Amino acid sequence: MIDGVLGGPVDQEYLLQARQMQAMSFAVHIPLVCFGIAFPAMVVFLEGLWLRTGDPIYKALAKRWSRAMLILFAIGVVTGTILSFEMGLLWPEFMATFGEVFGLAFGIEGFSFFMEAIFIAIYVYGWDRLPPRVHIAVGAPVILAGFTGSFMVIAVNGWMNQPTGFRVENGEVVDVEPLTALFNSNLWHELAHMYLAGFLVAGFVVASVYAYGWLRGRRDRRHRIGLVVALSFAALVAPAQLLVGDWAARTVAERQPVKLAAFEGLEETTKGAPFELPGGIEIPDALSLLAFHDPNATVEGLNTVPEDDQPPTEIVKLSFRTMVAIGSGLAALGVWFIWVWWRHGRLPGTPWFHRALVAAGPLAVVALISGWVTTEVGRQPWVVYEVMRTEDAVTGASGIPVGFAALALVYASLAAIAYVMLRRLGRAPFEVER
Amino acid sequence: MLPELALAFTLVGVAAYVVLGGADFGAGFWDLTAGGAERGAPVRAMIKRAMSPVWEANHVWLIFVLVMLWTAFPDAFGSITSTLAIPLFLAALGIVLRGGAFALKGHAATIAEARALGATFAFSSVLVPFFLGTAAGAIAAGEVPVGNAAGDEWGSWTGTTQIFVGLLAVVTGTHLAAVFLGADSRRAGRPDLVAAFRRRALGSGVVAGALAIAGLVVVNSDVPDLYDGLTSGAGLACVIVSALAGLATLALEWSERFEMARYTAAAAVGAIVAGWALAQEPYLLPPDLTVEQAAAPDETLIALVIAAGLGMALLIPALVWLFRLAISGRLAYEDQPRP
Repeated sequence: MIDGVLGGPVDQEYLLQARQMQAMSFAVHIPLVCFGIAFPAMVVFLEGLWLRTGDPIYKALAKRWSRAMLILFAIGVVTGTILSFEMGLLWPEFMATFGEVFGLAFGIEGFSFFMEAIFIAIYVYGWDRLPPRVHIAVGAPVILAGFTGSFMVIAVNGWMNQPTGFRVENGEVVDVEPLTALFNSNLWHELAHMYLAGFLVAGFVVASVYAYGWLRGRRDRRHRIGLVVALSFAALVAPAQLLVGDWAARTVAERQPVKLAAFEGLEETTKGAPFELPGGIEIPDALSLLAFHDPNATVEGLNTVPEDDQPPTEIVKLSFRTMVAIGSGLAALGVWFIWVWWRHGRLPGTPWFHRALVAAGPLAVVALISGWVTTEVGRQPWVVYEVMRTEDAVTGASGIPVGFAALALVYASLAAIAYVMLRRLGRAPFEVER
Repeated sequence: MLPELALAFTLVGVAAYVVLGGADFGAGFWDLTAGGAERGAPVRAMIKRAMSPVWEANHVWLIFVLVMLWTAFPDAFGSITSTLAIPLFLAALGIVLRGGAFALKGHAATIAEARALGATFAFSSVLVPFFLGTAAGAIAAGEVPVGNAAGDEWGSWTGTTQIFVGLLAVVTGTHLAAVFLGADSRRAGRPDLVAAFRRRALGSGVVAGALAIAGLVVVNSDVPDLYDGLTSGAGLACVIVSALAGLATLALEWSERFEMARYTAAAAVGAIVAGWALAQEPYLLPPDLTVEQAAAPDETLIALVIAAGLGMALLIPALVWLFRLAISGRLAYEDQPRP
């Protein structure tokens, strides 16, 4: 336990609002991050198809997508800036005490962000101005920066859940090893889970837009290509995400048993713990099987720690289930597509496939947010797991509700305008060069 | 030595943001004051063309500064962000509005939409540097004590010096923008815009210079320690360099040598940042917290300095390429109105 170097806990009436404001800011930013991770790869893939086949429709579509990509990137830049400010504005004790431990990762992330911003601008504004091979090569650093950026941010989140690379002595942080902190052992499964989620969300959201157009009767080649390319990315990733999710859950079971207990609302430590389905049906031993791949394994309950140290169970349980249910559905949808495509070389014929795809986009975003709620609320009441409590990290400044309301208002208008502009971009005349 | 090295990287970031980011905000001011929809259209189109490919990269300098501060000087970062929560939050909101409006205004379909987004872009472009300036002024004025919101949440950034720094940030941004846009207009072969931006560069340069001199008088009575730092030793050298570079910019603008003026204008503004740092040396948060005391442990600083060095080695060639492409007009949508 540690109090913080700025003078220890303060009396902050609006701790919950501070947490909600932070959560809202993440919920707005993370879907945009998915597009930062995956959209460049999808656009470059289309450009590659154009270079290989010479078919101008691929180029026209790639250009169209790259403009949407730039809008989403710009909004990601500014919403990400809000997060950087909030780290200090809301949680100064956390930053002041531990910035020296985990900050290196953000330092490297800063350079990734630079690279992404520079090359995405060259890519999007460089169509027809740069030689085609140079142009497609410019996409590579954008894709790479999307990966290194998520690597570094996830490294910090992994560290918050499994703080390493320092010791606490007499309430002070000593023996700082920034590289040990960066390469904490939570990094790998969290990174894989989030990186795949990027493709899942971006792929299904884009496919969902084209599926909607298809259902509305716009059944041209452009809609078909847009749908198949975006869906291919998502469909290949969705089943893999189940395996990574299993890996993540087992790691949580091992390292953060109280968090795992919150996933299931398991009060008492149980040998051969059951998994409860909605409606109160229990599958015997299933939780033990899921968490440890052993039906007889003992799963620790919430009451292994004092009530003050337990996370809010209901919200964690609900969000975990939402994520798992949607993730499984998306995987099934992906397998359906891959199977029909592989056997028959076409899309499933029933309109229900397209209807499911329309739903899959927003649902993928819901699953993404649920996943983050699971891990972040599941970490509570700690900001640095079992080292610093969230209430000890919060700012002593006043006015949190005012800031929260102002930011919510700004985000709501930004979302509305961005939606209108993106829809307009989608409806703009689609010109294929001959 | 290590803390100074980390601080040097941070200050490079501050200077780059003040020059490059500041110019983007200044362009917003000229957008705001360009006149009616028709009369102002050529100026606004030039601003859009010049800013579109580079503003995001320019903005990242701010993120770089934040990250360097919280990693290398975490106590100072937590103290700054908690005491100066109000101006920093207002600046952050302004950044969202500025960036969002700029990214979306190109897709406006009607004059009314373009006006609303354009006004949002332009107003927030003025507010962001002002609030960031007052926050910097608060640090320089010694109003940020170490602690969680330990300083005065309003009084710390609303003193005369702080307001002056805020105004100076706005005005230097407009000056840089006018100088850069004048050079861009020359390359784009638009003599009418060259003349328009030359007028603005000269005017804003005179205002910036007058404001800087008035600022010194204010600082003399308001924050004597800072004044002493700015008028002796290395601090004084920077002030002189800044003044000479500022005068050189005016002369170059007068004689229409716009490409050279870019560099002297940047040097004039960059020297102010260096002068500020040297004037309050050895303090990071005057009057108590020194750079040495605020610094993270050596292990962190070594890793960070190495990462920043390697990062710069990748970043600088990439930035140079971006600016070359942008300045030579090779980055633009074909359907974008060309000035």
